[in-house]
Amino acid sequence: MRIRVIGAGVAGLTAALELAERGAMVEVIDRGPHLGAAACSWYAGGMLAPWCERESADPVVAELGHRAIDWWLRRFPGTTRKGTLVVAQPRDVGDLAHFARRTERFDWVDGARIAEIEPDLKGRFHKGLFFADEAHLDPRSALTALAARLTELGVSLRFGAEAPIGDNSVDRIIDCRGFAGQGNLPDLRGVKGEMLLVRTREIFLQRPVRLLHPRIPLYIVPRANGLFMIGATMIESSDRGRVTVRSAVELLNGAYSVHPAFGEAEIIEFGADVRPAFPDNLPAIRESGRTISFNGLYRHGFLLAPAFATWVADAVFHP
Amino acid sequence: MLLYDVELASPLMLGTAQYPSPAILAAAVQASGAEVVTVSLRREAGGTQAGQAFWSIIRDLGTRVLPNTAGCRTVKEAVTTAHMAREMFGTPWVKLELIGEEDTLQPDVFGLVDAARILTEEGFQVFPYTTEDLVVAERLLAAGCRVLMPWGAPIGSGRGLNNVLGLRMLRAHFPDVALVVDAGIGLPSHAAAAMELGFDAVLLNTAVAKAGDPVGMAKAFALAVEAGRLARHAIPMEPREIASPSTPVLGRAMLT
Repeated sequence: MRIRVIGAGVAGLTAALELAERGAMVEVIDRGPHLGAAACSWYAGGMLAPWCERESADPVVAELGHRAIDWWLRRFPGTTRKGTLVVAQPRDVGDLAHFARRTERFDWVDGARIAEIEPDLKGRFHKGLFFADEAHLDPRSALTALAARLTELGVSLRFGAEAPIGDNSVDRIIDCRGFAGQGNLPDLRGVKGEMLLVRTREIFLQRPVRLLHPRIPLYIVPRANGLFMIGATMIESSDRGRVTVRSAVELLNGAYSVHPAFGEAEIIEFGADVRPAFPDNLPAIRESGRTISFNGLYRHGFLLAPAFATWVADAVFHP
Repeated sequence: MLLYDVELASPLMLGTAQYPSPAILAAAVQASGAEVVTVSLRREAGGTQAGQAFWSIIRDLGTRVLPNTAGCRTVKEAVTTAHMAREMFGTPWVKLELIGEEDTLQPDVFGLVDAARILTEEGFQVFPYTTEDLVVAERLLAAGCRVLMPWGAPIGSGRGLNNVLGLRMLRAHFPDVALVVDAGIGLPSHAAAAMELGFDAVLLNTAVAKAGDPVGMAKAFALAVEAGRLARHAIPMEPREIASPSTPVLGRAMLT
């Protein structure tokens, strides 16, 4: 079975790995010049937070998402399972109760417990929710690890390449182009997200911290070497690669209000890309002739790609 | 109910932001019976092309669209956004929102009157998001508005009708102007209360969009506005300070 996967984002690489592990001859091609250059997953938060996501997502996201934690723990050793801490400013503390009513698998925590969980947040928040079973990873390291594993399995990854049209040298094509695949998927839309990376050694966090905020789902995810990812806006727009001052101000203010040490942090990167989404904001696998399209991961790329990648492989091997 | 000569059966208008997904938004609008939805033309969407996909979902809802200028802070910004809205949705309607203060998101009523005048002269039919202030209301009407949209409480606060007396006076003062309570509605009972006060309609967003079950909540609001409207037309009793027996006392059996 010869399979070509188009797109080396989290959808393409997870699908390629599931297929290669089941013995298919897989090649991956991507139009970007290198890994991550043309993938919105590169800008993801990397939170494996199925229970927090219940706040606004369909129940199926939690059901499928919790399996993703094991999938990533098995395949990417950098996956960290230390939970998620959700906090709110005193004026938004009512939002914590609402968040709690809509989610599951958490404990209410007070100031003393927050200080035990994240010592650097001591005295800053008096109430929060701790989702102990959730996990997180650095998407860039995770994609790099998947690419390396694929290479070990004999999969060729070609960057800076366009998919040949009308090429019959492969049995199946897995189209994982994200928003770039919109031409074949008229109900796919873009939801813009903006994020930033900062570096500081003045604060240490072990797990993602979500700050409930009236306008944006704001979170801070710790990464190696003092890096923190701060995300992410959600704007109904297909405008790629442009960060507005307004979004930057909101994200920076949010981080600063979690801890003033972020005021002294170095800004490493501002990033923006477009999440591909279907009208129900859930991913979909669609077959058309030889081509299987796997798209619409929305804000749940790392959380939902493993389950859907399994189904892509099922569709190939048990049509 | 007449809004700028358009007859509408439902007194409920819904905002389109913050829903879990466009599919749930569509189902909620359907369940609410709303004939008007409002949509923000946020400029950070990045030009008119970039936001097309979402706006076409809005157009496909099959309701009338009331574009709004949410997030605008200056007269110039609001006027520019209104122009963009007219081009995008082909409607002269615009919900004019000019934010004057960050914490309460209360309207800048001075800029609001200026922007309403400019837009009315350009042929727009302006729905101004205002406070319950009577003098501001007079100025908005003088500027050409034929609908007023006073707040119930700050946007997104869900506190209901903060100043019932003020809203009642506004209704009494302008018996022939279409009045819509916009912002601050958190519960169906708040919407029913606004209808009982004699308001023509209510406009809300967060209460439905952020509910655990937006579709169920949309239905609850549909029933609530209907209840409030029926109650208003049925002429409610006046409250009294002491009990008044609902069964006649005269002729009651004397068990001594």
